[in-house]
Amino acid sequence: MTSDHIRKSFSILFVLIFFAYLFGPLIIMSLTAFNSSSFPRVTPWECFSVEWFEFLTKDQKLIEGLQNSVFIGLGVVCLAVPMGLAGALMLTQVRERVRPWYYTITISPILVPGVVLGISTLLFWDRVGTMFGASRESVFYNGFFLTIIGQATFISAYTMLVFISRLQRFDRVQEEAALDLGATHVQTFRKILLPFLKPAIASAAVLAFLASFENYNTTVFTIVSESTLTTFLAAKVRHGINPSISALAVVIVVLTLLGAALHEAFKRRELAAEKESARVAKGEQKSRGAQSRFLFDPTVIMILLIFTAGLGTAYFAGTIGLDECKTEVLAEKRRIVQERIKKRQQKTMFQDAGRQALTPLTQEEIKKRQAAPGTSNFQGLFSPENLEEQVGTSKEETQDAPGRAGTENFQSIFAPRNLEEQVGSEEQKQSE
Amino acid sequence: MSADVQLNDVWIRFGDFVAARDVNIHIQEGEFFSFLGPSGCGKTTLLRAVSGFLDPSEGQVLIGGKDMAGIGPNKRPTALIFQNLALFPLMTVWENIAFSLEVKGIGKEERRKKANELLELIALPDQGEKMVNELSGGQKQRVAIARALAAEPDVLLLDEPLSALDLKLRQHMRTELRAIQQRVGITFIYITHDQGEALTMSDHVAVMSQGVIQQVADGSTIYDHPETAFVASFVGENNMFSGKITEVSEEYAVVETPSGMLRARRTKGKGGSLHRGDEAFVFIRPESLKFVNGSAFDNRVNANIKQQEFEGSFWQVFFDVEGNNRTVKLSMVNDGSTLPHEVGDRVELGFSADVAIATPAGELAAE
Ligand SMILES: Nc1ncnc2c1ncn2[C@@H]1O[C@H](COP(=O)(O)OP(=O)(O)O)[C@@H](O)[C@H]1O
Ligand SMILES: [Mg+2]
Repeated sequence: MTSDHIRKSFSILFVLIFFAYLFGPLIIMSLTAFNSSSFPRVTPWECFSVEWFEFLTKDQKLIEGLQNSVFIGLGVVCLAVPMGLAGALMLTQVRERVRPWYYTITISPILVPGVVLGISTLLFWDRVGTMFGASRESVFYNGFFLTIIGQATFISAYTMLVFISRLQRFDRVQEEAALDLGATHVQTFRKILLPFLKPAIASAAVLAFLASFENYNTTVFTIVSESTLTTFLAAKVRHGINPSISALAVVIVVLTLLGAALHEAFKRRELAAEKESARVAKGEQKSRGAQSRFLFDPTVIMILLIFTAGLGTAYFAGTIGLDECKTEVLAEKRRIVQERIKKRQQKTMFQDAGRQALTPLTQEEIKKRQAAPGTSNFQGLFSPENLEEQVGTSKEETQDAPGRAGTENFQSIFAPRNLEEQVGSEEQKQSE
Repeated sequence: MSADVQLNDVWIRFGDFVAARDVNIHIQEGEFFSFLGPSGCGKTTLLRAVSGFLDPSEGQVLIGGKDMAGIGPNKRPTALIFQNLALFPLMTVWENIAFSLEVKGIGKEERRKKANELLELIALPDQGEKMVNELSGGQKQRVAIARALAAEPDVLLLDEPLSALDLKLRQHMRTELRAIQQRVGITFIYITHDQGEALTMSDHVAVMSQGVIQQVADGSTIYDHPETAFVASFVGENNMFSGKITEVSEEYAVVETPSGMLRARRTKGKGGSLHRGDEAFVFIRPESLKFVNGSAFDNRVNANIKQQEFEGSFWQVFFDVEGNNRTVKLSMVNDGSTLPHEVGDRVELGFSADVAIATPAGELAAE
């Protein structure tokens, strides 16, 4: 009884930990997208805001990268789906003994590191280009071309797996039946096999697009002078991040969830339809409304409603009252800073008093030091994180509230991160 | 174009395995012809050679006198009804039926019309819009027939089309199939392992075993005059006695068995080669076996009654016969009188030489 209890709670605990491990990072990151703080973080929570989403829409390079990613994704779909299909069909044709070999070879690109694929694509097409004496502007050196070709090498192996699993459920006798009824081989393919493969084609296309969209390892080599979303993000992270990246992630996560939910609804519908037809075959009455259009399906409507409602709520909550909140937070920060300044003044005076008249500082000099922390506190300046922060935040502040920027020297003080750094280094200095 | 089907010296091999061995058959136009044989004997393989899915390793397939070598299944005047039907699950019933018209490029209007005619023929009017898997087993069966007929074949090939149905439906479909065949008047080549189906429906039956055609004849000839030991034992029930031939004449043979000397009509044709000293079997049908009640019989054997079963119109009596380790069965019409004997009684059984058959042991010798 008790051991049973323990075991039960233990397994629940395990599941909780597992889910926390899986989804914890995603949840935290999603939250940071709604915090008005200029660094992605949850604490201290400042204001609930959707401004990072707006910020996202204004980032021209990001939009461009996104467009490129979509373009490349579509290109990869156009290439990888037919290639995967051909590969899978070929597998059904080759002789039994050759089959394992064929299979291993065709899926091997999945096992090759993406980096290797990227480099080899680049080198190979460079060779080809040189052979034809093509110019640097030609297609062989075009980032889009190379990326589509390079990604398709392994993504077509993914799509092939999708097709193989679908083909395994195909009753080949149907093809014979079609032939027997006078269909040509082409007609048999078009009218029998292709309709059967339709769901697999859709799955393979989605899979290929997603795999292309999120790819970095191969793309970073093949993209040459262009950029995709992933390469842009990676480059951006190197220069310091702000919550707009979280916002982008939230968009992607929400779209994924939405897609998954719709897919699930669709699948359940198919299942219900199958059951229904089995029931009808048994001679039972056909239940009404079982075959409504997909878009009028209650589940689908619910999902779309919830999605829209969530979107609306987030938007209003994130824009209404944002300015007041920000002013409050700012006032709060100012207060804290003032307090710290006071404290520090006292400390400095105390220290100065301790040092006596060795190097007496005038009241004015003290003030100057406090006003420009960068110059008075060299430790803080050389901490690289602090440096980026300072640059980043000063930009933000000027953008957000140009009126406030009147006292230019104070800007960086108000960036909380910077403040902490300063205090930190101050403390460090004392302990030394 | 006439549509008789000829198989001339057809051999079909899969590697070392011989699935059809020197098959010679001539199927007349418009007849209902059955291949009967146990599962795995090569029936489907032969049918596939006729429909064009495989080429015989040797020999010819002629349809309407024309050699079919190199002509694909989509160019032959045949339509095959597959063992598992192979309806197209993604199409409606009428689209299935009209598929052969669709691939010919015939317009939708006309396809629809033809499909409706055929739905009428198979007694499924107004079911055209259904999906195939909304139909019951018997309905699917009929749709498969309609789909094949829509192609207007000269020869319809049916591969155990009723085997998936339950008994009652199977019997109903037998009559229906026969009726359809008479209505459309084309050649039907029917495959089955069920002798009841083969005997009731067919004009001619070819009995097959291990790739070899054993006998081709009409149903009653197959039953009454089996030519080989296989046919005698596979078609209908038969009591079997094995022994050695001691005497052969024009019409009869005498076989020495542990149960005694048995005289029987000798088989003709393929199984005809009986010689003195050969291993042979004597077959006697349960309904031809009698209790000896003073009347004279060519053959007599001693037996002990093991079991008696009442089956309404019949009594079935089972015996242990001296010198025969197989149970021997006798069936007699229930004429209202009680059985003359009881279990455990020692009796004498007799049968005339004219209703018994003597065959060479052939491939059954090992048993
Ligand atoms: N493609 C093939 N390759 C090898 N052996 C086959 C092939 N098709 C059928 N056979 C063999 O031929 C024999 C006859 O098969 P089949 O014609 O399907 O029998 P059935 O009389 O039950 O229809 C079986 O032993 C089967 O294993
Ligand atoms: Mg078969």
